Amino acid sequence: MKVSPSPKEPAASSAAAKDAPSLFHILNVDGSVEKSLEPKIPDDGLVLMYRTMVLNRQLDERMLTLQRQGRIGFYLTSTGEEATHVASAYAMKKSDWIFPAYREPGAALLRGFDLHKYVCQLFGNADDTVKGRQMPNHFSAREIGFVSISSPTGTQIPQAVGAAWAAKIKGDDMVALTFFGEGTTSQGDFHTSLNFAGVFKIPVIFFCRNNQYAISVPSKIQTAAKSIAVKAVAYGIEGIQVDGNDVLAVYEATRRARERARKGEGPTLIEGLTYRRGAHSSSDDPRRYREDAEVESWIKKDPIDRLRRYMERKGCWDAKKEDALRKETTETIAAALAGGESVGPPPVESMFEDVFSRLPSHLEKQKSEYLAWRAANPNRNGGHAGH
Amino acid sequence: MPVMNIIQAVNDALHHEMKRDDRVVVMGEDVGKFGGVFRATVGLQEAFGAERVIDTPLAEAGIVGTSIGMALYGLRPVPEIQFIDFIFPAFDQIVNELAKFRYRSGGQYPCPVTIRTPYGGGIRGGHYHSQSPESLFIHTPGLKVVVPSNPHDAKGLLLSSIRDDDPIIFMEPKPIYRASKGEVPEGEYTVPLGKAATVREGKDVTLIAYGAMIPVALAAAEELASGDGVEAEVLDLRTLLPFDGDAILESVRKTGRAVVVHEAPRTCGFGAELSAFIHENAMLHLEAPVQRVTGFDTPFPYTLEHEYLPNAGRVVTSVREALAF
Repeated sequence: MKVSPSPKEPAASSAAAKDAPSLFHILNVDGSVEKSLEPKIPDDGLVLMYRTMVLNRQLDERMLTLQRQGRIGFYLTSTGEEATHVASAYAMKKSDWIFPAYREPGAALLRGFDLHKYVCQLFGNADDTVKGRQMPNHFSAREIGFVSISSPTGTQIPQAVGAAWAAKIKGDDMVALTFFGEGTTSQGDFHTSLNFAGVFKIPVIFFCRNNQYAISVPSKIQTAAKSIAVKAVAYGIEGIQVDGNDVLAVYEATRRARERARKGEGPTLIEGLTYRRGAHSSSDDPRRYREDAEVESWIKKDPIDRLRRYMERKGCWDAKKEDALRKETTETIAAALAGGESVGPPPVESMFEDVFSRLPSHLEKQKSEYLAWRAANPNRNGGHAGH
Repeated sequence: MPVMNIIQAVNDALHHEMKRDDRVVVMGEDVGKFGGVFRATVGLQEAFGAERVIDTPLAEAGIVGTSIGMALYGLRPVPEIQFIDFIFPAFDQIVNELAKFRYRSGGQYPCPVTIRTPYGGGIRGGHYHSQSPESLFIHTPGLKVVVPSNPHDAKGLLLSSIRDDDPIIFMEPKPIYRASKGEVPEGEYTVPLGKAATVREGKDVTLIAYGAMIPVALAAAEELASGDGVEAEVLDLRTLLPFDGDAILESVRKTGRAVVVHEAPRTCGFGAELSAFIHENAMLHLEAPVQRVTGFDTPFPYTLEHEYLPNAGRVVTSVREALAF
């Protein structure tokens, strides 16, 4: 059975194949593949992606519960969209930089982002790599090339162009991969970035997760264009629309884009067509703006189930491995949570650090005055909200 | 020692630093082949090639956004925003991104970008070629704001800025771009950030200014000396954030009076911060409240721009009021 994630969606578009008949897909819902297109991914690579996607999914479930219990302040799920970020990150070299939006934690997990640091970021505690300075889901980890996340959308796109441009100037084989949603393609930063990257043939990959909703606003209100991918044409760059729930298609499209970038052929806009199955965030209620039946239809196209069926057909996965993985993942998350919850908040002094490379005198004064006041007023400090 | 104007000094600094450090990249609108609308980048592309001296598409947010990415990856970009009035399309990239990158990443990603941009009025530029929005950047934690007033400082401060590990808004006083001339050492020297300069010594009142208001303050000081027998000290702040509080307090404790002069509108202008700082730290040394001579709280006007801009006459009147208080 072939899947058409969105039968009403028009054809993929690119400068090279503007009349392409359909979106790029390889892996069918039943786990069978288009043999002529099947990429050569070693079994351990498939397993790595699968494990990462399962971890990502279970984290979503567990952390949303934690948020509802009031143990973390906020959470953003990526349920149903895991293939877009996990498979594209897998197609990159480890030394490539990723400029994420806020819904691609799987790209960091694939690169080995430590689960203790993951949960500590959600708690904003002393072991958080960003020192408790950002809301949950705003991960940043230099050692895995996962840059930094901003809440205003699209700001990371020109930054990805700049980093890739710098690599080009220095002669490094580094291709930047940046993620954003389809809503963000309405932002000026998106258009400016495609334009700059096209003009200078920058080795960057623009990955749009078209999950069809920007909070409550459906994609048809973001653009009158027939797809997001078609926008590449106006900037003189390659564009392709892929089935975003198809690990193999996302991998293959990203691999080809990276190869083109490496050869100096410039950037590619990849539109991964998928669906945001959960709420925008823990503060959102999607039942106010869409039907449950629509969500149900996408559960059938689940990217994790699809990959598992493929792996089972290939003989590298079975029910026993599945049971073991589910159990192991649950235990790993429980252990990380227990460890993370035992870590205290960052020290008060750290609030004044990293504004500048060195603490200037006016901040030194503010810091010492506040610490003195705090010491003199132990029951009225900021750690006791409401006093 | 060669005599240069401010544009030539900026150009000299860019040549010097691009030769010294191959991480330095210059980019912006018209900066390459043409050498910049004010000629500040002339000759750079011939010397260092189009890969490091880049004519960009016309999009300020793109110029700053890509500069940020370059800095994250280890370059030292020096983007030019053609007029500071055109910087606002890039405001989000500057205020929410450039200024916060080090902090929000827990110190993992420094972002050393030096944005050069001409500011200031009196050149028949109307609203959009005349403004002085320094307070918007001073008020943004994470940015340093630097304003030279003469060719010597322009080169020395620009070299310090490019070498600094923090993002910098480098505001060049375009009304005196060519009018301000002076000796500029060849080759290597720097002027430290965060240090003011006493450009005229005096005992009766402290005039605090920066950029294109330094000649105005100096003219007022000469008028006061010859007409009133009043000796005004003139302090050139040079760096607005972090500003040299010690130099300000030392001077004000000596003179007992301070007048702040800037082109920007008065309300929440930098003079308000300086006034508060002086009152908080030198109240008992003051003979009069700190005075402010500033632009008005109006958009910058075209025909009446010299009515809007502070001049020596308004400064002299303000000093007399402080002396008579």
